[in-house]
Amino acid sequence: MLQIKNLTKVYEGGVQALTDVSFDVPKGQFMAVIGLSGSGKSTLLRCINRLVEPTSGTVIFDGEDVTAASDEELRLIRRKIGMVFQHFNLVQRSSVLTNVLSGRLGYVNPAWSLINRFPPKDVQKAMVELARVGIEDKAAYRADELSGGQQQRVGIARAMMQDPKLVLADEPVASLDPVLAHSIMQYLEKINQEDGVTVLCSLHFLDLVHRYADRVIALNEGKKVFDGLPSEIDDEKFKEIYGREAERVG
Amino acid sequence: MKKEVKRLGRSIGIGLAIVFGLVIYAYGFKVIKVNLDETRSPRRQEQLVRILRALAKPDLIEFEQTEYLVDLPIMVPCPEGGYIPPEQDTSKPYIVVTPSCADPGSMAQIEGFNFAPNAEGPINFIPPSQVKLTLGRFQADETGHFFLTVKLPNRKTTELNHLTATTRTRVGGPSLSQNAIDTWDKIVETVFLALLATTLGLLFAVPLSFFAARNLMKDVTSPLLNVSLSILALPVGAYLGAMISNFAGSTVNLLLKDSPLLNLIGALVGCALLYFAVRWAVPADELQQPAIRLRVMRIAVLSLAVLVSLLSLYMLSSLAMWIGNTLEVRLGSIGFLGTFIADLGDILGMTLTVISALAGAGVLMSLTDRLGRKIIKATTKPMAKGIMMVMSAIAGAALFFMIMAGLDWLYQFKNAALTIAWPLGLGALLGLILSIRLNPRDNFPIGLVIYYIARTIFNALRSIEALIMVIVFVVWVGIGPFAGVLALSLHTIAALAKLYSEQVESILPGPLEAIKATGANRLQTIVYAVVPQIIPPYISFTMYRWDINVRMSTIIGFAGGGGIGFLLIQNINLLNYRAASAQMLAIALVVASMDYISSRLREETI
Ligand SMILES: Nc1ncnc2c1ncn2[C@@H]1O[C@H](COP(=O)(O)OP(=O)(O)O)[C@@H](O)[C@H]1O
Ligand SMILES: [Mg+2]
Repeated sequence: MLQIKNLTKVYEGGVQALTDVSFDVPKGQFMAVIGLSGSGKSTLLRCINRLVEPTSGTVIFDGEDVTAASDEELRLIRRKIGMVFQHFNLVQRSSVLTNVLSGRLGYVNPAWSLINRFPPKDVQKAMVELARVGIEDKAAYRADELSGGQQQRVGIARAMMQDPKLVLADEPVASLDPVLAHSIMQYLEKINQEDGVTVLCSLHFLDLVHRYADRVIALNEGKKVFDGLPSEIDDEKFKEIYGREAERVG
Repeated sequence: MKKEVKRLGRSIGIGLAIVFGLVIYAYGFKVIKVNLDETRSPRRQEQLVRILRALAKPDLIEFEQTEYLVDLPIMVPCPEGGYIPPEQDTSKPYIVVTPSCADPGSMAQIEGFNFAPNAEGPINFIPPSQVKLTLGRFQADETGHFFLTVKLPNRKTTELNHLTATTRTRVGGPSLSQNAIDTWDKIVETVFLALLATTLGLLFAVPLSFFAARNLMKDVTSPLLNVSLSILALPVGAYLGAMISNFAGSTVNLLLKDSPLLNLIGALVGCALLYFAVRWAVPADELQQPAIRLRVMRIAVLSLAVLVSLLSLYMLSSLAMWIGNTLEVRLGSIGFLGTFIADLGDILGMTLTVISALAGAGVLMSLTDRLGRKIIKATTKPMAKGIMMVMSAIAGAALFFMIMAGLDWLYQFKNAALTIAWPLGLGALLGLILSIRLNPRDNFPIGLVIYYIARTIFNALRSIEALIMVIVFVVWVGIGPFAGVLALSLHTIAALAKLYSEQVESILPGPLEAIKATGANRLQTIVYAVVPQIIPPYISFTMYRWDINVRMSTIIGFAGGGGIGFLLIQNINLLNYRAASAQMLAIALVVASMDYISSRLREETI
């Protein structure tokens, strides 16, 4: 489903954010990516849909070479990959409905979409997706009138509008308090289990990894240092991932 | 020890800096020719007082006045036997002169009675030649009496002279002076000048600002082959577009010039056809690539639709001109509405050529872009590189040739080697060098190139004051507000595009990323992620520019750009300070009230 081969990213200015990272994600898996902040998690996820241009290596998604795609091909690939962000990345001044509908932009007629016209079935779908995350009553609100947890649900609804095969979630709960974190993670779990969408999710807390992930890979300074089941992370592995001084809590 | 040396060094440094500062200011005084003697000279002070007093009395109101003339004959010098003036009617204002006749150049006392309280006016001496000479001014007291000593003129005659005292009395209430009416007309012109310039500037600056925004343009990259093909496609496409548009225009002009009904029908039918063609050929939701036959059909239908829409737009333009010209005659005092409609039609006709040239260039460029991608995909690497090198050399030659053609038009070199051989050779060489250094699949940062060009143009235009630009426009379209609008608009475009683009650069990158990640294309990304974020700053910068334009439009008349400045500079040159004062007052009022309005609006909207 998703194959990452020898992915390397060096930012302008010489920061080596990823070094020779390879792994496969089979269809339907809920995979977690862990690591300290600055270890390259966001860079990895962004290289997959080329929001960040990889320096070398290949990304194969659903049999297509993402790294070699032209602009137009990339656009068609991107619409099959939903993305959920740590800071939600909603357009604050637009309505919730518009934010959700914008997940459909890759599919709709570009000319009509420029004047904010979407096919009725897309509008219906948007309402369904909002209902799934429990905020259909907020459709007409402006995005910045919503609380953080609600905004992230809009973010999930937007990703689901794409009918994605893969959802990339970059620390989706890191800016939320722990109670809300579980509710957001449960939505992702639901997507994964009910819709069969593959999920690649970077996370901060190990307890969330244990609770939700089928499999986990760990990054340290841009290198893959662990790939396996969450239960396999023992104290020794933990120190390898998070550094010698780290203290395991929870 | 070391510390003390350091301290000493610092003191010397500060001392030197102070001396240096003094020298700079001394030189400044010399350059500015500071002359304090002038400020103290009584002659200058007198002039200053005169001007200030005139400025304090703006010429806004006038009263209708009647002249009352009192006449007294006088002999200069005395005839033999003396002279007794005729009896005066003492029930009316009258004057008495003592002596009743006198030698030329001698003094005489004039006493006036029964004048209106506080009346004032000139005492004139009218010799037989009727060339009057003002001897002085009288000022009556509350009882209407005055007493004045004057010196008789040094002229002898045996005939009768006359002394007159003239007073003016107001009849009726105050009314606006001609100057006030002119000032009002011009101040209205000034405000509209600012309005049109701001609107026009806004219209152009908004789309242009995206080209000068680094965060948007840095993602615009393309293989060098595509860039080369686009450079070649741009002029060809623009030419073809302009040709098609001219063809459509002349067809409409030829067939339907004076038949508004046919124009109306044509325009409506054209719009309807366009609507259905677009609905059919641009489907709402496209999951799979459609079959090739369908795509060819769609392209054919769309091309036809474009031609039809061009035709109907020309019909619309011609219709608008007909309606406008008709209304202009019929509507009488609001005929300007008709003129406006006709002008809109004319503008539509004029811009259609430009629009279709741009569209032609765009279409051809996107076609060659596809062609370029196909070539890169379908050929082997060395082959692609070869094609790239050839195309890049040709494109470089073409680009340099076009630039040189522009320079040649300006400077008229009349030198074939310089205008043809050199640019062709140099361009080809540079294109070749560039293509040797790049791989066929490498992305060339064409967006950044456009970004830098746009930036440079805006900065250059911005640094030329509208007051200077207007000089060129005055030569083109004549003295008047139209030249002012054009100059101010051009400056506004450059200034706003710069300010706007900085706002685009400071938007949050997150939403942009999120929209890009959904598979939205570039235009959709701008509309959904950029536009909502930039609306508030765009509004506030437009208002800020509006304030500047109001100020500028008050003085652009100094250089012939119309508006109130035109009147002001005329009155100043005629030393008519009371009239000029009225215009200064109007400017102050307008600027202050527009400032107030725009700051209120800003509070409301943001
Ligand atoms: N746009 C960028 N330009 C330069 N360096 C960057 C950029 N984004 C991230 N980095 C650097 O790359 C490294 C990995 O960052 P990131 O992928 O954001 O890590 P994580 O998401 O795990 O916190 C860090 O050292 C960071 O400073
Ligand atoms: Mg991160």
